[in-house]
Amino acid sequence: MAEALEILFTASFWVAAIRIASPLIFATMGELICERAGVLNLGIEGIMVAGAFTGWFTVYSGGDLWTGIAVAAATGAAFGLLHGTLTVPLGLSQHVVGIGITLLATSLTYFTYRLALPEVTSPPKIDSFQPLEIPLLSDIPLVGPALFAQTPFTYLAFVTVAVVGWVLYRTPLGLAVRAVGENPAAVEAQGIGVTATRIGAVMAGSALMAVGGAFLTMSAFNSFFFEMVNGRGWICIALVVFGSWRPGKALLGAVLFAAFDAYQVRLQQVTGGVIPYQLFLMLPYVLSVLALILVARRATYPKALMIPYQKGER
Amino acid sequence: MTATPVLHLHNITKHFGPLVANDAISLELRRGEVVALLGENGAGKTTLMNILFGHYVADEGTVEAFGKALPPGDPRAALEAGVGMVHQHFTLADNMTVLENIALGTQSSWSPRFDRATALARIRTLAADFGLAVEPDQTVANLTVGERQRVEILKALYRDARVLILDEPTAVLTPIETEALFATLKKLVASGLSVIFISHKLNEVLAISDRVLVLRAGRLSGERETKGTTRQELAALMIGQEIAPPAIAEATPGPVLLECEAVCAAPASGPVGLESVSLALRGGEIVGLAGVSGNGQTTLAALLSGIHRPRSGRFRIAGEAVETWSPAIALQAGVARIPEDRHAVGTIGDMSVTENVIAERYRSPRFSRHGFLDWAAARGFAEELIRDYDVKCPSPEARVRLLSGGNMQKLILGRALDPDPKIILANQPTRGLDVGAISYVHQKLLEARARGAAVLLISEDLDEILTLSDHVCVMFKGRLSPPSVRGERSVRELAELMAGHGMEAA
Amino acid sequence: MRLEPKSAPSLAATLAYPAGAILATMAIAAILVLAAGASPLSVFALVAKGAAGSQFALLETLTRATPLIFTGLAVAVAFRAKLWNIGAEAQLYAGAIVTVVLGTGALPLPAIVLIPLIMLAAMTAGALLLLGPAFLKTRLGVDEVVTTLLLNFIMLLVVSMLLEGVLKDPMGLGWPQSERVIAEAKLPRIVSGKRLHYGFVIAVIAALWVWVIMKKTALGYEMRAVGHNPAAARFAGIPVNTVLMKTALLSGGLAALAGFSEVSGLKGNLTLDLSPGFGYTGIVVAMLAMLNPLGVIAAAIFVAGIFVGADAMSRTADVPSYIANVMTATALLTMVTAIMLTRYRIRWR
Repeated sequence: MAEALEILFTASFWVAAIRIASPLIFATMGELICERAGVLNLGIEGIMVAGAFTGWFTVYSGGDLWTGIAVAAATGAAFGLLHGTLTVPLGLSQHVVGIGITLLATSLTYFTYRLALPEVTSPPKIDSFQPLEIPLLSDIPLVGPALFAQTPFTYLAFVTVAVVGWVLYRTPLGLAVRAVGENPAAVEAQGIGVTATRIGAVMAGSALMAVGGAFLTMSAFNSFFFEMVNGRGWICIALVVFGSWRPGKALLGAVLFAAFDAYQVRLQQVTGGVIPYQLFLMLPYVLSVLALILVARRATYPKALMIPYQKGER
Repeated sequence: MTATPVLHLHNITKHFGPLVANDAISLELRRGEVVALLGENGAGKTTLMNILFGHYVADEGTVEAFGKALPPGDPRAALEAGVGMVHQHFTLADNMTVLENIALGTQSSWSPRFDRATALARIRTLAADFGLAVEPDQTVANLTVGERQRVEILKALYRDARVLILDEPTAVLTPIETEALFATLKKLVASGLSVIFISHKLNEVLAISDRVLVLRAGRLSGERETKGTTRQELAALMIGQEIAPPAIAEATPGPVLLECEAVCAAPASGPVGLESVSLALRGGEIVGLAGVSGNGQTTLAALLSGIHRPRSGRFRIAGEAVETWSPAIALQAGVARIPEDRHAVGTIGDMSVTENVIAERYRSPRFSRHGFLDWAAARGFAEELIRDYDVKCPSPEARVRLLSGGNMQKLILGRALDPDPKIILANQPTRGLDVGAISYVHQKLLEARARGAAVLLISEDLDEILTLSDHVCVMFKGRLSPPSVRGERSVRELAELMAGHGMEAA
Repeated sequence: MRLEPKSAPSLAATLAYPAGAILATMAIAAILVLAAGASPLSVFALVAKGAAGSQFALLETLTRATPLIFTGLAVAVAFRAKLWNIGAEAQLYAGAIVTVVLGTGALPLPAIVLIPLIMLAAMTAGALLLLGPAFLKTRLGVDEVVTTLLLNFIMLLVVSMLLEGVLKDPMGLGWPQSERVIAEAKLPRIVSGKRLHYGFVIAVIAALWVWVIMKKTALGYEMRAVGHNPAAARFAGIPVNTVLMKTALLSGGLAALAGFSEVSGLKGNLTLDLSPGFGYTGIVVAMLAMLNPLGVIAAAIFVAGIFVGADAMSRTADVPSYIANVMTATALLTMVTAIMLTRYRIRWR
């Protein structure tokens, strides 16, 4: 099984791992922001679908790639606003609303896709982001191609983690977001609006989820097709738990997870069909469940997660 | 006295449906004075403060701070005008540091960087000036209750509060911590701040305030200079007619019904568990458990209720060793439980009165057969309790959430006492209730004692403990003092024990 | 703004808000139809006609409603106890697998014995599948939402693996499908020559059964108590974890019956597209029914009608049939809002 080990030392494996990680990084950061503010966002799966489509469709209709990302983010924020309005001031079940948003975003996307492209049988491709090699750094063996010869969209993912980390831990805004997920009454008592902070966080988080979805169509597969998100959103929820609600750890989790995913694809080729391929495809989901079990005992949830806040109520 | 008024509440009236929470209340606070707002629970103190802080909007009346009217319904307005509040239940984020809690909301939300150094320096200065020792980088979860209160006071001072409102600040403090708090308040007033001290404890009001305003049933029933008033006068203003303390018959001690021997347990919630606790409850007696909250009472209550298990030690009910233990087994063994938190643990708010009253006994033959519930019997039982315990509710079908705290407690009491339990565990049974409801609860506990039940009364209210208990134990950091019989220890001695003095020897 | 509980919601409000939710859903659908360049009224008419305009349409709607009643019940039961079973899809497939394993000739028994046996086995499989997540939730605190969701994906891959492996139909021309169930394992048709089968009757009986459990039995009472306030339930002596386990068994079993009924009553074999998301749609059905087991029957028929009607409509009008999915998702969100408004009053001050 030397071949199985050799995979780890090929540049293409690490390039793929980082590429697979990118959409997960965006969406995981998005979910992390929502949960840090005390809102579980199960709309993630559908919002990723919507982002994948709107980003792709913007470019398909002649828009710039960066405009595509912006449109995807705006779509996500819009669904975030809906989610936030229903779960924060109205205090509806975050589970039910989240599933509802996923169903709504997915079905609206499919509806719009059919409406916009009634005739097509094979999904049209767009000119997506191309790798941008960073001079010198990209020449480092293994690490170079993996980290410094990716598309600008991937670089954006890493920048996003840094920004999310900075905002959460180094700015007054981040302090408010974290506090509102721990004890909203404390935030209210200090004169900050709980509702506005939470809705804002859900919108920002949802925008990132949509951008994560857009990565699939704009930097990975170059076209939009049904069921392309394929549970990635749910995996990101597991990654947030696995990362103990910390951006750095969540990033690590996403990359680790993506590495497993890239590895199983290559392992499939090495084993040459002896083991049913479905078992390999199952691996990401099984891993997510295992990750949850692993951290469950010591997970410290944001204390106000999933608890709606009513002004003046204790 | 003709000092400048720093805060002026004028003619505040607030209705909640048919209930008048505040009826034309006016209050004036001057620079450098401590005004006590005295009143029973439900007298309208909290509503008044919620109006001041913009959480509620008054139906009538105005609020002025430093000569400027505050816009109604805006929580920021009072804060920005320099009015700070320390709530009875602290509003702190446990998993964040002291510094983060204090500085939260004080810097522009859109600033790209949180200025930690400035915040740290300012907290250090304030803490030194007013004797409020805290470590800014500690996580709040690791602080004692007294330290948390200091953080709350610092929060207000950090925002340049000129007026500080403290809602029942001593309820959670040891007598020694209370003295430290009073010292801090004196320093604050000396430096020109003004303080509103909300309380229902007469001694404290007399000790700290310059002026007393007494509220009763939503109305201002009197205003006195502290120097010129007496305890009796204030009590009369607060309660109306003095409710006579319950007449307590001589105890007739029966056999030991519940016994703990060297019981150790991990904390049920919060930081403190039990360390080698020994306790015996006899029939026909009330044992009072005094102590500042958070010293292991929750764990002991959880243990006796059946929702927690001991780590070591022996535990006997009516002489028989307890092997397996759960709420259901506790109920079967004749232990009645009145939990500390009526809303979160005592009742299921979204279920009906009927559904709530059978919660502990729905599997008994009285209410079910072969797994099928007898709703007619359940409804009959609910009607019986509503009648016998004088519960005010629209019907047995009403959701319990809609009941007042007192009526909820009567329902819990009825449910627990109906089967004539041998052992009664009453954890903070009167917290947050009005005078009438409190005396009702006391009367029921005494009735149970008279018919031979063993009662364990856990309370933060030392007066309640001293009035009702045949024996008093003090709990401190998970340890239990030896019991003293009625009148054996002075209040001062009990206070010393509550602060942990002499507990090591115990 | 604040939410104040209403003392007793009036009958008018109990009816008006859900009606408003349906109207809002229609309005949103109308906008989409306009966007598609069609007339909302004629499209709605086409949907209604396609759903209930003929005996054929009506029977088709009831056929489509059958699996939705099962999954709707599964969700309603679980959500009552606040066990967030989003995995009805996986449990459905578990039931379907058992049905083809036992129903394709392995057990040469008469129908009267074989069908109940298969049902029992299918329910057991679905129940066991949900027991895992319920166990992880109660023992380790692992959120069941994510685990049940992920199980959906895992289960579909298991089915795919089986259909290309041990369960593959040798006569299937290479398609990933199982052999067909034998005649003794088939549920008979209710109207001969039409697709509606006795699975529908079983579904209605199941709804009645669940209604009795929820309203009349101690178990139903326990489930509601645990759902509303687990801490209080535990304090009162209700064995919370055991109740959650029982809930999981019941819920998983009901969802598995959807798989059994689809294979045994309608499709005859197992394929990868046996369920077009019946498990997820079950959530919509349960919420529309406000978690009432009898309401689930009506809600399932309503939702099935939208799907069947939209399919028919899209064959003539240029409006994608996905409008049905949009409508059900919208109905879910508007309905939960409506239920909240019947119970609480919004106070702006």
